[in-house]
Amino acid sequence: MKNSKLVWLLSLLLVVALFLAACGGDDKETKDDTTTDTDDKDATTEETEVAADEEQVLNLIMTAEIPTMDSALVTDAVGFDLLNNVNEGLYRLNQENIAVPAISDGEPKVSEDGLVYTFTLRDSNWSDGTPVTANDFEYSWKRAMNPDTASEYGPYMMAGVIKNATAISNGEMEYTELGVKALDEKTLEVSLEKPIPYFLSLMSFGTFLPQSEAFVTTQGENYAKNSESLLYNGPFTLAKWDGTGLSWQLLKNEEYWDKDTVKLTEINYDVIKETATAVNLYTNGEKDRAGLSGEYAMQYAADPELVNELETSVFYFKYNQERNGEKTPLANVNIREAISKAFNKEDLASVVLANGSTAAYSFIPSDFVFDEDGKDFRDVNGDMAVFNVDEAKAAWEKGLSELGVTELSIEILGGDTELSKKMDEYFKSQLEGNLPGLSITLKEVPFNVRLDLDTNQDYDIQVAGWGPDYQDPFTFLSLWETDGGNNQMSFSNPEYDQLLQDINGSLALDIEARWEAMAKAEKLIVDEEFAVGPIYQRGLMFLQKPYVKGIIAHPFGGDYSYKWAYIEGK
Amino acid sequence: MTKYITRRIFYMFITFFLIATATFFLMKALPGSPISSASKLSPTQLAVVEAKYGLDQPIPVQYAKYMLNLAQGDLGNSFQFKNASVTDLIIDRLGPSLILGTQGLVLGVTLGILLGMIAALRQNTIWDYGSTFVAIIGISIPSFVFATFLQYWLAVQWELFPVALWKDGWMSSVLPSIALAMGPLATASRFIRTEMIEVLSSDYITLAKSKGANGFEIAFKHAFRNALIPLVTVLGPLAAGLLTGSLVIEQIFAIPGIGEQFVKSIMSNDFSIIMGTTLFFSAFLIVVIFLVDVLYGIIDPRIRLSGGKD
Repeated sequence: MKNSKLVWLLSLLLVVALFLAACGGDDKETKDDTTTDTDDKDATTEETEVAADEEQVLNLIMTAEIPTMDSALVTDAVGFDLLNNVNEGLYRLNQENIAVPAISDGEPKVSEDGLVYTFTLRDSNWSDGTPVTANDFEYSWKRAMNPDTASEYGPYMMAGVIKNATAISNGEMEYTELGVKALDEKTLEVSLEKPIPYFLSLMSFGTFLPQSEAFVTTQGENYAKNSESLLYNGPFTLAKWDGTGLSWQLLKNEEYWDKDTVKLTEINYDVIKETATAVNLYTNGEKDRAGLSGEYAMQYAADPELVNELETSVFYFKYNQERNGEKTPLANVNIREAISKAFNKEDLASVVLANGSTAAYSFIPSDFVFDEDGKDFRDVNGDMAVFNVDEAKAAWEKGLSELGVTELSIEILGGDTELSKKMDEYFKSQLEGNLPGLSITLKEVPFNVRLDLDTNQDYDIQVAGWGPDYQDPFTFLSLWETDGGNNQMSFSNPEYDQLLQDINGSLALDIEARWEAMAKAEKLIVDEEFAVGPIYQRGLMFLQKPYVKGIIAHPFGGDYSYKWAYIEGK
Repeated sequence: MTKYITRRIFYMFITFFLIATATFFLMKALPGSPISSASKLSPTQLAVVEAKYGLDQPIPVQYAKYMLNLAQGDLGNSFQFKNASVTDLIIDRLGPSLILGTQGLVLGVTLGILLGMIAALRQNTIWDYGSTFVAIIGISIPSFVFATFLQYWLAVQWELFPVALWKDGWMSSVLPSIALAMGPLATASRFIRTEMIEVLSSDYITLAKSKGANGFEIAFKHAFRNALIPLVTVLGPLAAGLLTGSLVIEQIFAIPGIGEQFVKSIMSNDFSIIMGTTLFFSAFLIVVIFLVDVLYGIIDPRIRLSGGKD
């Protein structure tokens, strides 16, 4: 009996040992593979370092995986960023963030009414050596409108822009009727629903990239599943991407028409979600750039390698005027004015956020759009909704007496991140301190919950944010159209609606008048109606090695271009 | 025994089915939509996208469809990764998690047993206090603090190991495994110490001593084997905990594991990955608990007997 027990135990041990050994053997094999791989790489890079002195390799960090590389399906920052570097549309944003002809050979011919654009394509190839044709654009755009593709950005970007796109997305027309047509191999004709002044900058956006029909149909279900099932016509090609993994590579595209401009030979990416880990990898030289958040931003504030970049996302108070069918106190314009002016935005940006963000005195961000003389749209209206306790108090008293109350209790809906909570506390203390009789309750929820509450219009004041989808103030202004999909705060102003109509209607071809109308519309929502209260424009802080040069940050579409980047003095 | 095991397997399927059902309906009650730009689309556009993913159907229909697919082993396609099948994703991400989990468990439990034995055999000496101290540290310091500490000193300062990433073969797994091992180490050492002390003071040990068995024989042949029994009980949950609980460690060391995906899928309402990972983790836990019960019976025949009587 005793013996049999021992035998049992022994055999069990044996099984476990075998199991472990099998596991161990397996990992060892794969590990050995990867080790030799990296060893080889190190060896070769060292050699080239000696030979060429300056190896053109950039090592970057991403904070999220690539959800998809299919330009019809992409919706996120990582996807758009990479697409911008591995593919190229008719236009591309240059180093000054101006859209310039790319696959389009020079400016297109535009019909007098501004409705038909005829592009001639330059001679250029896909990464497999086949030529990029006009049909590649026609196919790709129509594919994005095909209900079977279930693209989100296709209908979103094309409706109201490309002819018939609205009808197609409403299911009233076949997707093949989209207003884009390849006249021959190298000529593409695009018809618009109405004149769109910013149309050419749109042509640099990811959704409007070409796709090779032959390639996509051959790949079928597998298209864009990994780096091998994709074609590239941009400065780089994607490599070593398995579709869901945490690392990948960009390699210089030898088939790119402008490959002489591209200096980098290789960009290595790793997804790292922890700031601490990113900073450690930056410190020990494995990575050339690391984003800083929270306390790291403060810790490295004086570091000579710190780079501060202003993004084009604006955060603002969204004042809900009607909740559950009843008017909120925020339906009163004086109350809205009071709140917009009753908190110190400078302190908020520099002390509370301290992450490179700046106080916002407008709804259209700075460094986003410029007129023909290079003047920032932001400067047209000057500072609006400035922190001013006296004005805030006066408006507050007036508002209270109009409402016939002496006290108000208002809820602020915000995010549940540490930073959002800190910010909410600041709002509470500032607003309650500066507006007598006001008590603020805070509601801090995850992002998804906030979206739900926004959709149901179930909040008083929401801390919301918006980033542009194209390079025109209209991408911000259109949010507050009466009954617009993003309005969700019962703001309605006939004058504003009329301005919006004119901006993309009667004034579409009159650049100057349109510019003025947009400035007027912005002033109306920020400084007259106080429909929203701008808070801050988001900034980004990161460490970047001094030998990294020429990375271009973009205000919309892909975040960065590496086409002009290079390594010098490493 | 066979009857017992058949019954247990039947119950395992019931448990799994209940978990799948509960997860499905709880998940559908989550706020938000897996369609990331839903707020930008008009209702008709949104309807097209929802129809494509079958989200337009009533929830009971979606449930029935999901369960039918599940019965055929099809976990569906991810929402956040537009082209990836959930099964592929889990398989891809499982490897690193398994390696870390196994190494962490083996290392932690082995060291824990050693520490526990030393503590029990050298009760109330500096050895005992030392092992208690290590156990308290292991229990009270969260693994991510420990991980950050290891990363900073052993990797950044002394450059003994890679800082992060899954690229230097086995070396990449050392620090995360150590960080993961701390919890099991503490648990195992406490269990073994308590049990050993109890066993060592029991009658049959005294008998063995009086028969002239030497200290080594007593410690290993008599005391240790009996002290192992309660440890086997906690081994199952410990193993499952390591696999599921490694998400923070995976993030800190930027390891492409499954735990990290689990959290992300919930944040982005990626229904199919939430279901896939939850079901995978539950299946794992169910099987481990089953194995532990069977193991338990093997180590201690009294338990198998009472199970067999059913």
